[in-house]
Amino acid sequence: MTNAWVYILVIAAVTFLVRAFPFVLVRGTITNPTLRAFLAYVPYATLAAMAFPDMMLATGTLWSGVMGFLAAAAVAWTGGGLFGVAALASGVVLIMEVLL
Amino acid sequence: MGRRHSFILGARDALPVSLGYLSVSFTLGLAARQAGMSTLQASVMSLITNTSAGQFAGIASFGAQSPLMLTALAQAFVNLRYVLMSLSLTQRFVPGEPLGLKLLAAFDVTDELFALAMKREAPLDPFYYYGMMAATIPCWALGTLLGASLGNLLPQPVIYAVNVALYAMFIAVVAPPARQNGRILKLAALSMGLSGLMRALPVVGGIAPGLRVILIALPLSFLFARRYPLSEETP
Repeated sequence: MTNAWVYILVIAAVTFLVRAFPFVLVRGTITNPTLRAFLAYVPYATLAAMAFPDMMLATGTLWSGVMGFLAAAAVAWTGGGLFGVAALASGVVLIMEVLL
Repeated sequence: MGRRHSFILGARDALPVSLGYLSVSFTLGLAARQAGMSTLQASVMSLITNTSAGQFAGIASFGAQSPLMLTALAQAFVNLRYVLMSLSLTQRFVPGEPLGLKLLAAFDVTDELFALAMKREAPLDPFYYYGMMAATIPCWALGTLLGASLGNLLPQPVIYAVNVALYAMFIAVVAPPARQNGRILKLAALSMGLSGLMRALPVVGGIAPGLRVILIALPLSFLFARRYPLSEETP
């Protein structure tokens, strides 16, 4: 049986390399307009795809996840801050999970 | 703004994330113990690498005693979305910032810290990033330690509620710019729609979430960049 420490080292090393190599590769400011636009769009595309539908599947019942998602979207849209949005979504899910 | 001030600001802004990390890493500790890791091993793992999906995959690999090459490959795939995030972050720091300072931040490019960094106006002070790291890494390790040593203590509804908090933060980052900019709204809506579609389809629905995110974000961002190039300002 291979020691767990070996696996831990592999996990940590590969993860760091994946995260670090763009910084080694790209040292200066990117001037290509298409590439700059691409990088400006990437955060929104990734964060949106990460939140949906996974947020609704992260709870015990689908309905509590759906309600949490809708609450978060509504408050975020009307300008709720990071903490407010997170706290409200959590509260909605907690109540739904206990009630259902 | 001074470095000290940036650091404190980063730590303060990341506090909600720290709370979320405490609970998510709790389940990580549980899983690690079940796969046969010691409490010390689980905690050290969380101290030197913060990647929930990656660590779960790694724990599973260890449990199954997968070959190390395969473990490394799976790890790279699960974490591939960080390439996109790091690439975006390279343009956020002051040009000419020493590589060492940036690599220290690269150590902890997580979904949540990336989201917070994107909420900051560029240029991003590396010390702001270090502040976020200082607030979140100990919580990630502590949660793992508690999960590994105390077992199933948190009631399940609480775990669900905190799981959702981390996702809610992604929405909180995307919504305000989407409201102001029609292109971003379109991009976010398309991204969510495709993500939901892929998840619902047979076969592709089973793809790891990290990989699904890349398969969607990469072509979609590229398409938008071709269609709506930037002049000077960011969108």
